[in-house]
Amino acid sequence: MTTPAPRPSERHRPAAAGREPAASAAPGPDGEPEPSDTYTLNMGPQHPSTHGVLRLKLTMRGEMIVGVDPVIGYGHRGHEKMAENRTYAQFLPNTSRQDYLSGMIYNFAWVEAVEKLAGIEAPPRAQVARVILSEFNRVSSHLVWIGAFLLDLGAWTPSLYTFDAREAILFLLESVTGSRLTYCTGRFGGLSRDLDPDFPRRARAVIAKLRTHCPDFESLIEENVIFRRRCQGVGVMSGELCLRYGVTGPNLRASGVPYDVRKVEPYGAYPKFDFEVPVRAEGDNFARYWVRVREMRQSLHIIEQALDALPDGPVLAEKGLGSKKRLRPPVGTLYYAVESARGAFGILLVSEGDAKPYRAKFRVPSYPALAALREVIPGTMVSDAVAILGSIDIIVPEIDR
Amino acid sequence: MLSGLRDLLAGLIGPFPATFLLGATVILGYLSLNVLFLVWLERKVSARIQRRLGPMEVGPQGLLQTAADMVKLLGKQLLTPVAADRFVYLAAPVLVFVPTICVASLIPLSGAEAFADVPYGLLVVSALTGFTVLAIFMAGWSSNNKYAVLGGMRSVAQVVAYEIPVLLSVLSVVLISQTMNLRHIVEAQQNTVWYVVLQPVAAVLYVIGITAETNRAPFDIPEAESELIGGFHTEYSGMRFAMFMFAEYTNMLVLGALGATLFLGGWLGPWLPGPVWLLLKAYAIVFLMMWTRWTYPRLRFDQLMRLAWEFLIPVALLNLVVTAVAVFVLG
Repeated sequence: MTTPAPRPSERHRPAAAGREPAASAAPGPDGEPEPSDTYTLNMGPQHPSTHGVLRLKLTMRGEMIVGVDPVIGYGHRGHEKMAENRTYAQFLPNTSRQDYLSGMIYNFAWVEAVEKLAGIEAPPRAQVARVILSEFNRVSSHLVWIGAFLLDLGAWTPSLYTFDAREAILFLLESVTGSRLTYCTGRFGGLSRDLDPDFPRRARAVIAKLRTHCPDFESLIEENVIFRRRCQGVGVMSGELCLRYGVTGPNLRASGVPYDVRKVEPYGAYPKFDFEVPVRAEGDNFARYWVRVREMRQSLHIIEQALDALPDGPVLAEKGLGSKKRLRPPVGTLYYAVESARGAFGILLVSEGDAKPYRAKFRVPSYPALAALREVIPGTMVSDAVAILGSIDIIVPEIDR
Repeated sequence: MLSGLRDLLAGLIGPFPATFLLGATVILGYLSLNVLFLVWLERKVSARIQRRLGPMEVGPQGLLQTAADMVKLLGKQLLTPVAADRFVYLAAPVLVFVPTICVASLIPLSGAEAFADVPYGLLVVSALTGFTVLAIFMAGWSSNNKYAVLGGMRSVAQVVAYEIPVLLSVLSVVLISQTMNLRHIVEAQQNTVWYVVLQPVAAVLYVIGITAETNRAPFDIPEAESELIGGFHTEYSGMRFAMFMFAEYTNMLVLGALGATLFLGGWLGPWLPGPVWLLLKAYAIVFLMMWTRWTYPRLRFDQLMRLAWEFLIPVALLNLVVTAVAVFVLG
């Protein structure tokens, strides 16, 4: 096997690296002529603030960014192709490895999509339990985001506090599912195991703990002058821009569009519960922070209702529903969407009546959010770019899949 | 004690070499120990603020952790980027350390003990503190790395902007004490009160200014990890990187000691010997800087500049004018 010769753009260019801008009309990274007063700053794929293996090619003029080109695919594992080569049940562990912070939601989304295609009905207890676990997962994802975002802004301490709060959720979910991050507890027709009798009490204790934390986030962070200055009016995404790119979730709701899949196309047991969708019109970093902190409160509210309404009964309709022999959904195509912590997560599933899906396509919420940055970041400074990238809450492995 | 030792040595090798030898030994020795201590203190303070324990494994309460880290850094390979400007690149980590040591030798430890009792001590100190940025910019420029250059550029702009409020706040102290000799400034405080009472605004400006000069959060933009990776020291590894850390923590202590001298009465205090009081006050200021670092997010570059030029400098100028008028009217 021979090593391919490096492309001209990747060859080591010592003289041009940082010392002076490239000579006028010298070919830029992609061959286009580079104006002489700008230079290219390569951010990533290994950089403290790119949240994984994302690479941003920034075209800079001094400290100002004039262009940004996200380069993705460093973490491509071929999840969609894998889905075509395994049975529906065998693909279950893959689901939570796309968005590792809302793995529970993705896991249940896959299960529910297949159930819908195959005409399986999960018992009521399982449906309510899914809501409880999903919402806990959403809160833990938002907690990680708050910590990481503040870390991007240069504040170290909040991340320790949010991770402490998140730890309570992880312990709780671990006791139910056996995993802490990449959950695989959904089964076709229910859950892998029942919530134990003590679960509601422990869940309420966790909710009480989280409720004491929420005022901290609202007062200590939101009212900090430096935080507000770094966030207000920075990275404004208009509602129109979001809709054009297909940005969903908290990012869209922070831009004044009250779109939440749980409300617009309710699924599972969500119609039974009463909750509000926090919306803010500004579309800046601060609005995105504001919306997510309020969403955590709403999630806790949903969980409390669900714990009150948790019916008795089995959590699995029938054993062995997912086996290779029995699970052969009829020929058809289905699109099923859920609201993950980052926005609308959609699954397009095509069945040919086989034990394996013919095609599975995932619509992930991080992808459009990253794409929209091409229009948001130019005109800001490096510090802002880092803050904006942090504020949209992308998960790179789900973009790369 | 120190002066006794100096006299003894002076009898053997002459007065100037004796002072130099003693000064170099004591200052360098103490500053090295101080870095080991301050890094540990920073980790412990941050741990307390973040509800953690911090280092606990090496030594009692992890006190020897920094020493272990130093050994690790010593063992690391020293990398020099191929395209670096070699001479400047190697000179920067050494140079960054020089002005700080010079300043340390100028600060009076007690009424009788200062390694260099210069008539215009404050002027020399002000000139030297501005020198550190040169080494930082050398490091950023010679590394031939875009992040490092950005860090170096930010550092220059920042230090230029924040030197001014620091100097203006120091000037108002000079106006009151009518001297630029650091020893006389402390003695003037002995006769009246600590200048933090007479000059609270200048004291606050001074602390803000030195936080920016030592590149510490919320003004740590020259080395903002989340933006510039390591900033000006991105390309330095092993002991060379440690030298920058060394300089930063030494700088904190020295500027803290200078602040103690100017505003908190230097060596003045009951019961304990003078140098102990000076260090206690210096560490109090250092603690304040650590506390700030672990509490606040980082400012953006332009916001940092605006804070200096549009707020701190006008306030410092106003403070200076008010002080001048007050000194003139009250005699």
